[in-house]
Amino acid sequence: MNASDIKSETIETDLLVIGGGTGGPMAAIKAKERNPNLRVILMEKANVKRSGAISMGMDGLNNAVVPGYATPEQYVKEITVANDGIVHQKAVMAYAEGSYPMIRDLDKMGVKFEKDGSGEFDVRKVHHMGSYVLPMPEGHNVKKILYRQLKRNQVAITNRYMATRLLKGPDGRIAGAIGVNTRTSEFLIIRAKAVILACGAAGRLGLPASGYLFGTYENATNCGDGYAMAFHAGAELANLECFQINPLIKDYNGPACAYVTGPFGGYTANNRGQRFIECDYWSGQMMLEFWRELQGGSGPVFLKLNHLAEETISEIETILHTNERPSRGRFHEKRGTDYRHRMIEMHISEIGFCAGHSASGVWVNERAETTVPGLYAVGDMASVPHSYMLGAFVYGGIAGTEACVYCAEHDLPSFDAEDVAREQVRVLAPTLRSDGLTPHEMEYKTRRLVNDYLQPPKITAKIEIGQQRLAEVRADLDQLIARDPHELMRALELQSILDCADLAAAASLYRTESRWGLYHLRVDYPETDNENWFCHSMHFKDQAGRIAHRKREIDPYIVPVDETEMSAYHQLRIKTPAAAE
Amino acid sequence: MPLANHAASVPVVIDEEKCIADKGCRTCIEVCPLDVLAINEGSGKAYMKYDECWYCMPCEVDCPTGAVKVNIPYLLR
Repeated sequence: MNASDIKSETIETDLLVIGGGTGGPMAAIKAKERNPNLRVILMEKANVKRSGAISMGMDGLNNAVVPGYATPEQYVKEITVANDGIVHQKAVMAYAEGSYPMIRDLDKMGVKFEKDGSGEFDVRKVHHMGSYVLPMPEGHNVKKILYRQLKRNQVAITNRYMATRLLKGPDGRIAGAIGVNTRTSEFLIIRAKAVILACGAAGRLGLPASGYLFGTYENATNCGDGYAMAFHAGAELANLECFQINPLIKDYNGPACAYVTGPFGGYTANNRGQRFIECDYWSGQMMLEFWRELQGGSGPVFLKLNHLAEETISEIETILHTNERPSRGRFHEKRGTDYRHRMIEMHISEIGFCAGHSASGVWVNERAETTVPGLYAVGDMASVPHSYMLGAFVYGGIAGTEACVYCAEHDLPSFDAEDVAREQVRVLAPTLRSDGLTPHEMEYKTRRLVNDYLQPPKITAKIEIGQQRLAEVRADLDQLIARDPHELMRALELQSILDCADLAAAASLYRTESRWGLYHLRVDYPETDNENWFCHSMHFKDQAGRIAHRKREIDPYIVPVDETEMSAYHQLRIKTPAAAE
Repeated sequence: MPLANHAASVPVVIDEEKCIADKGCRTCIEVCPLDVLAINEGSGKAYMKYDECWYCMPCEVDCPTGAVKVNIPYLLR
């Protein structure tokens, strides 16, 4: 390949935001609100109008900290307990304090939240301890509202460009990113003073039970690009062994969803229609009880709504079938399943990385800063636990504001042209082969190996075999082909998925204890070992390009939690199963 | 290695009578997060080119003429 054959353009900006889903647009909007003269580019692999986890909206806020219902201190305590103590409380507090101002911002932008007769936010209880769930009955229009704000604030948008690697300056500061157009394979090199990563979860890590590569829980575009880019840029990633595993509608693979139906009286039941967990809030302990029920002869597990009144079920249907995952109604129709007549079969999701629901990701502090100067991360891919959609918005706002300040204090770094040339060769390599292995089959094999060897319960001997098999797949990368720009996008995604699979295996082996319920159930180390492992595990790329690890001490708590409170999430199983209602 | 062509049923179906892609409309193609829709060079209408669907429905909801129907992929049904 001659350098002259490669189509490439280089542009400059102050702030580059990668990912136009939830946190990314909010970061761009808040940066422009703070300094309208700041040059901001939002780079998106799909189209900002309908990209990301909230493509079709969201049915509610799962973690609203609204005065009168909860305090930031209560919320920080709840999240600390739900994560077995492994949290950077300051980062959770920054979310909690930003939660209500962001709800009011979104309300002003036109997002409609459930309000009571007197116009106050109508918060519901789903968590074990406090009340944090705020329904959004018309949440289908969130992306439209964000798009309007992006236009109003004159944020420059590049759709259908996939970022592949970050660029760094000679002093180690971030210097921009390399993108490739998913329809033409042309490169766009963006030089920037600061970069915000908002690339979503690693949702194409495990293979769904259906075997359909794109039938994932997460929006399948969110394949782990952000984790891979951060890793290769030298950023530290925290607690990746704390997998995301969710209780979902079987085969459809969408949320069941406890947050929506719980407040209406719906619940998770076993095959006798009995409750077996006290609290349907998604935690590792809850998933462990769910998994035990599936394994223990009382499964499968079901979403039980058929005891509710017709008008309640209609209301639930209206919310569930118009928001977030609206094809759900169509799925039930084909199956002949109706919430009124019988319970709906649920199942356990494939594994993934996602701070939105669990607690792993690119390490960030309370200012959304990663360990690389000038690089920020927000949303599902950043390490703030259980952050959901509102967390992505709040941290988008924090990162946008912080990056704006950083840009004012720094000039545009230079970068090494060799880095760009090397990356262009890596990106285009699959296009130069006329036969070989397709991205589809390499992705299938990688994700099948993830299921076979990495999903909990985690067994050392299995994970080690998994690592060998994944290394064999990696060795096959020199046979990977891409026959058009679209297939090249999938070929690049496969490489991110493989990076995430390697990280998932290495992180799981590093933490030699069990923690977070099912998320990190190490059969060879069944006990929680607070003496040695009450810490963050940090995973990063060493000088030789290998995955390395270190422990990071947990900062002193700013909200103390006493011993009895700490075990609240450990007693989720109902002692004597409740009678069927 | 030589390649084989796999055939697969696709979940997104376009009603060519209603589709106005031949008049320049690109809405469904633009909004698809996974970029699986394209123009059929022969008819000028939109069609699902890649079997990589998240059944998320922006293509159907945003279509100005109601030409798009998203079905649940067969493997999940």
